[in-house]
Amino acid sequence: MDLFATALPELSEAFGMILNPSVLGFLVLGVVMGLCVGIFPGLGGIAGLSLLLPFMFGMEPLFGLALMVGMVAVVPTSDTFASVLMGIPGSSASQATVLDGFPLAKKGQAARALSAAFTSSLFGGILGATFLTFFILAARPIVLMFQTPELLMVTVFGLSMVGILAGRVAIKGLVAAGLGLLVGTIGEGASSGALRMSTFDTPYLMDGLKLVIVGLAIFAVPEIVALLRRDRAISDRQVLGGGWLAGIKSWWQNKWLSVRCSLIGVAVGVIPGLGGSVVDWIAYGHAVQTSKDKSQFGSGEIRGVIGPESSNNAKEGGGLVPTLLFGIPGSGSMAIFISGVALLGTGQIEVGPSMINNNLNFTYAIVWLLALANVVGTVICIVASGGIARLTNIRFALLAPFLFMIISFAAFQSRQSLWDLVALFGIGLLGILMRRFDWSRPAFLIGFVLATPAERYTNQAFQIANSRFRQGMEQGLDYIFSPIVIVLIIVTIVSVFFGLRQSKNIQAEGNVNSGGKRAPLIFLLAITGYIGLAYWNAALIPDFARMDRIFPVFVATVSLVGCAVLLIQMRFKPESDPLFADREVEDAEVDAYGLWSTLAWFAALLIATSLVGFILALAAFLLLFIRYRAQKSWTFAGLYTAAGIVFICSMAATLNRDFPPGLLQTFVDLPWPLT
Amino acid sequence: MRLIEHTIGASLIALATGVVMAGTAQAEGDGLDLAGETVEWIIPFSETGGSARWANFYAPLLKEALPGNPTVVVTFMPGAGSTRGANHFQGLEYEDGTTIFGSSGSTQFPYLLNDPRVRYEYGDWNVVLASGTGGVVYLPADLAGTLESDGIEAIAEENFIYGSQGATRLDLVPLLAWELLGLNVEPVFGIEGRGDGRLMFERGEANIDYQTSSSFLSGVTPLVEAGTAVPWFTFGSLDADGNIVRDPTFPDLPTFTEVCEAAPSCETSGTAYDAWMAFFTAGFPAQKMVFLPAGAPQEAIDTYSAAFKAITEREDFEEISLTQLGVYPQMTGAAAKAALASATVVPDEARTFVIDWLADRYGVVLQ
Repeated sequence: MDLFATALPELSEAFGMILNPSVLGFLVLGVVMGLCVGIFPGLGGIAGLSLLLPFMFGMEPLFGLALMVGMVAVVPTSDTFASVLMGIPGSSASQATVLDGFPLAKKGQAARALSAAFTSSLFGGILGATFLTFFILAARPIVLMFQTPELLMVTVFGLSMVGILAGRVAIKGLVAAGLGLLVGTIGEGASSGALRMSTFDTPYLMDGLKLVIVGLAIFAVPEIVALLRRDRAISDRQVLGGGWLAGIKSWWQNKWLSVRCSLIGVAVGVIPGLGGSVVDWIAYGHAVQTSKDKSQFGSGEIRGVIGPESSNNAKEGGGLVPTLLFGIPGSGSMAIFISGVALLGTGQIEVGPSMINNNLNFTYAIVWLLALANVVGTVICIVASGGIARLTNIRFALLAPFLFMIISFAAFQSRQSLWDLVALFGIGLLGILMRRFDWSRPAFLIGFVLATPAERYTNQAFQIANSRFRQGMEQGLDYIFSPIVIVLIIVTIVSVFFGLRQSKNIQAEGNVNSGGKRAPLIFLLAITGYIGLAYWNAALIPDFARMDRIFPVFVATVSLVGCAVLLIQMRFKPESDPLFADREVEDAEVDAYGLWSTLAWFAALLIATSLVGFILALAAFLLLFIRYRAQKSWTFAGLYTAAGIVFICSMAATLNRDFPPGLLQTFVDLPWPLT
Repeated sequence: MRLIEHTIGASLIALATGVVMAGTAQAEGDGLDLAGETVEWIIPFSETGGSARWANFYAPLLKEALPGNPTVVVTFMPGAGSTRGANHFQGLEYEDGTTIFGSSGSTQFPYLLNDPRVRYEYGDWNVVLASGTGGVVYLPADLAGTLESDGIEAIAEENFIYGSQGATRLDLVPLLAWELLGLNVEPVFGIEGRGDGRLMFERGEANIDYQTSSSFLSGVTPLVEAGTAVPWFTFGSLDADGNIVRDPTFPDLPTFTEVCEAAPSCETSGTAYDAWMAFFTAGFPAQKMVFLPAGAPQEAIDTYSAAFKAITEREDFEEISLTQLGVYPQMTGAAAKAALASATVVPDEARTFVIDWLADRYGVVLQ
């Protein structure tokens, strides 16, 4: 009761603070900017807040907060557009939305999927804020209960979602996750700085690959290429009129799922160190597990949209807890938020342990600005969704170059180097082949996302536990097997058990027929080869850096056993077995173009970029692609190219980015944007 | 070895020009005019680190202070522990004074430790601002109580756990300090920022930690007030003659040097202490610096130095910088040059000692 006595006056003061016309004005401004940033795949809160930072200095604190919170809150709302309409994850928070949202768009139900997603986002955002209002006063001790073993178990629980998303052949899913984990370990080890699959001569790989690039490459590139080969619109059906009402109805039918997934979102967001990139997968897994009819997942089940979308907005609310209470950013955008807050006014708001005591009114103002921003953002998105959904009726050959331009731009936000594009293309190729041979791409991505926390927490928990055991057996066991850990172990085991039992019914990426034996076998051998190489490379790490060796060697060993089992099965199973799934055979009738000729366009863009720089290469690519592949007139191609170049340059100018230079630029000094 | 000679030579030149500059820097007025230009401030880290915070603090002030009020944008170029951005900056030549670079202790240490990725040379650059900071070591209340009543021997047997970002980073300074004091500290690597280290301490997993001064003020002071953390010592601060004195932000706390003198097992002389001193000097009193690229003319250097000087002399500077930077010298002109010189040179003995120590103690090999 004490808590309420202190909280209530502060809460009402907070409402007084935010229900002020100028504050609301700034909030709407922030929301509109956030929606604009979020709509582009690969750009998220980090890019948006960086734009705002220069204006924060000395700004009236409440106005600045409204602007920043408005921006952060709606990025996971508007990123749904790209996920549903184009099959491109708009940000790491809506990767799981792609799995069912995009098939819905293909069926002509884009508006329904979008409005269900937006309603879920709204609900998640508000539930998150309500929960936080009460929770934030009691959150501190609870957050501190999550020590390293607990964090490790949460990570393992996230990994266990692979069991649900493994696809028809469970071992293939396991190997895909193992491959993702291994790709995630590329670069400098966290313990001793040992290099895995990289050398001092490959500085790009030393830092490891970034999630933006891997996410876009593994989901967006294969979809773009596949749709392009088909050469039609994404949806050949008219967009259903009034679909957005149907979406709200669908949400209402699944409101309890939405409640549960929102709570999952808040809970995962509250735990610092894990970040939000797995919360959508956990929510998706939960949606699958709790559905009676699982047959539609992966080919357009609305629950597969409602689950992740409820969780990802709620996560932003949860992420405020470590940010405000501990001064520890739960995500990249929260880190910038902290430095933005410090610039406000005279710097009187200090995010961190003193926030609750000294600035409880501001704390509540932030929480409820977040909720309000969700409302405003959702209303704008629902109103716009009918119109934007028509994009799915445009012939894809006209859309593809534009999309490819945007994801290339998003990719080299990561390090502004040509290697970003090489990585996008290389992993994109892996994504295309995984899609073709029905290897679970979600499993790969979950592995990739969790590789760093899994390795880090394993090593840290091991080290700290060792020290505790030196003090005594009891201290050690107490540390490792806390009540939270035991509960998480049980939840994980149950989840894996049921997941594996059901996974045959859940085709996260739709049904795929089997083809010949040769191509799937070659792909499996190539994967086995890479895993073998990673094993060999990690095994060479000398003893003094063994902490950097254990994890990759362990993962590679398990994956190699999986590969061996698959090879043996391939030897004995008939061609019609799901093991030999090959989409190429199935799609042969609908594909107008071959895989390699389509890829050649993008490879040409990459090579041309390395020669003359991105902008010149892009201009040539757009012009020739529209003229020859889309077979439009030169005039049309010219106008398209001009529009594309102007667009990308104005984006780069706003975000203050340069484009990757090529060989030409080392000889000649060219003005921006050609540099 | 050539690199070392080069470094020392360059630093001497830097020092000499610094002395000359002190005489000429007063001539202001006819400098660069940057009206309508965009100044690009390269930070070799991501948007989320401490250097980003530092640059974001200065950027709007710099816009106001530079002649012509150019737009100042902070560009982030993370990679390879900041060596990528620094190597990039090394490749630039001075054009019109619209590119500046912000380095940090994490850029200095690889340079001093002969990291093979380093292709940059501090001696080529022109420093216009050097921001100092300090560090505070703190303990949980029970251990601090033991230390208080029974002296440092009583905690020598304790199994200390410390959340560390990596032995070759700034953590080198506290790790070496604890080693000198004879403490048995096991660093748990893989921490993403010092904030995560503090969280590990709050969770009771780590039982020794350090924070830079501004983070200590905002993050640890509430814990001290709540009685869960007790500050032990600071790394101190350098006076004009290069001696360690008490940290001006924490005048009541002893310095590491005082603690070491009082401890029977610790000596404030010898190779190990000298190495600590060298790396402290490189990492803290001039932790973050702003540079103009190689070949910058004197008028550009003067313009920027004057702008930063004007910022640090603003009436409200102390107030607005308190939570962002702490109370530390923000040096310009000759002071900045002197800071640079002492921050980028370590004696060969100290370097060799640290490289061997890193390899023996933590298995870290830089090659």
